[in-house]
Amino acid sequence: MIQAIAFYLFAAILVVSAGLTISSRNPVHSVMWLILAFFNAAGLMVLVGAEFIAMLLVIVYVGAVAVLFLFVVMMMDIDFAQLKTDVARYAAIGLALGAALAAEIMIAAFAWNAGRIDLTRRVAPVDRALPNIEALGQLLYTRYLFLFEAAGFVLLVAMIGAIVLTHRERAGTRAQNISRQVARRPQDATRNVKPAVGQGVEL
Amino acid sequence: MTSFFETTVGLPYGWAWFVSTIVGILVIALPLMLAVAMIIYADRKIWAAMALRRGPNVVGPLGLLQSFADGLKVFLQETIIPTAANRGLFLLAPIITFTVALIVWAVVPFAPGVVLADINVGLLYVLAASSLGVYGIILSGWASNSKYPFYSALRAAAQMVSYEVAIGFILISIVLWSGTFNLSGIVAAQKGLYGFINGNGFNPLLFPMAVMFLISALAETQRAPFDLTEAESELVAGYQTEYSSMSFALFWLGEYANVILMCALNATLFWGGWLPPIDWAPLYMVPGIIWLFAKILFFFFVFSWIKATVPRYRYDQLMRLGWKVFLPVSLFWVFLVSGVLMWHRVGI
Repeated sequence: MIQAIAFYLFAAILVVSAGLTISSRNPVHSVMWLILAFFNAAGLMVLVGAEFIAMLLVIVYVGAVAVLFLFVVMMMDIDFAQLKTDVARYAAIGLALGAALAAEIMIAAFAWNAGRIDLTRRVAPVDRALPNIEALGQLLYTRYLFLFEAAGFVLLVAMIGAIVLTHRERAGTRAQNISRQVARRPQDATRNVKPAVGQGVEL
Repeated sequence: MTSFFETTVGLPYGWAWFVSTIVGILVIALPLMLAVAMIIYADRKIWAAMALRRGPNVVGPLGLLQSFADGLKVFLQETIIPTAANRGLFLLAPIITFTVALIVWAVVPFAPGVVLADINVGLLYVLAASSLGVYGIILSGWASNSKYPFYSALRAAAQMVSYEVAIGFILISIVLWSGTFNLSGIVAAQKGLYGFINGNGFNPLLFPMAVMFLISALAETQRAPFDLTEAESELVAGYQTEYSSMSFALFWLGEYANVILMCALNATLFWGGWLPPIDWAPLYMVPGIIWLFAKILFFFFVFSWIKATVPRYRYDQLMRLGWKVFLPVSLFWVFLVSGVLMWHRVGI
């Protein structure tokens, strides 16, 4: 009973905030609604007993990805008139995407109604009583080790690619040499001289 | 406590759980607010003593009631919302800061078995909640629609995200060492190091992590010397410039609740939490909560000490420390700790 109430609460807020993410006029508000949506998704995952995934969702998406979104969006200079004309321009593509998604959902529903795919060969955690961090770890680092490593490599390549594409050496910039700054002593930088009156100091 | 309400008071299980959880929240949150008031006073007194001043000494004996007088003062002030501010987010920001500072306390163990939520992803919950803390600051900076708060918000966001990476790796090495994400489990795993001391920090392998965690905690809570978000010589008061009255007080309370929390985490993760420092039977006569509080107060003194003595970092130095020093070192330490564990416990 209370589970059902919690589920519908999280699910309803999730759907509403997802709707507000795309419909709100202010992009910063959009990001905030997106964060609320992430949160409620995490709540749903806690409800089905996947607390590890829920925490990761909050840490990775809310704590890192959405912060970067917000960072970028806050600094944009938004022209609302331009935004409106863009909506008209992309309406056709948007409708096509929506239609494709709706069709997929319908196909999935029909397929589910016709009977599900045989899953006897799937890999399930060995012990149901295991906390889901350990269960996930056992699968990820034994059976799916190569896939896991491959995913890591894909991310590494993507990261290096992003750095290579955006990094450029500019001529004439002055970088700091920290070890030189640390090694510098007062006697290297200052002189104590007593100039005679009218003589001045040679710099 | 649930069983008390179930058997003695005679409530059904669901309600007994509900009532006991509410009571638990109040038992943690109300003394925490009192502790924040006193710790603000302590902070000012320590700072004053190190600057050879007297600090607050007018309100109440030795100025003990200073924080309450300040609280009453902000409570009676008018809440001013700038006309150009984004009203909803402007008011939401201090609430987020304050709430996030409180919710993490749910998983902090005070004594064996005395913890509000003994969840097995405790440390991840801490990370998740602390990653939310940055929103209060970013939003307040943006919603104020003013230059200095906005600069401050950008600085805060970059700073907190950078140091969270290092903190994540430090926590991973602790998790590897203790073999659990549960904070009570981590404390229990620290018992009897070398047969006589309690605490990961006494282990030479983990001591550098303890130091790095302390420094990252300073950066994460924006305490001096990393308080660039509130650098008064550059940014007025940073993200809280436009705030007044209770909305300002919420930032203030949240900031200090976060500081106490970081001290508590330091004590719990590295210095044995509720365990006495030496594994010797007579020391266990002292209740665990006293040991924990003593450790929290000690680390708070260290925080104040640093605030009173260390000059503020330059922003590029701060970023360099986070990304070029702490990140590689903590990453290397994860390898080192897991290597040592493999060698010791698995024997490869």
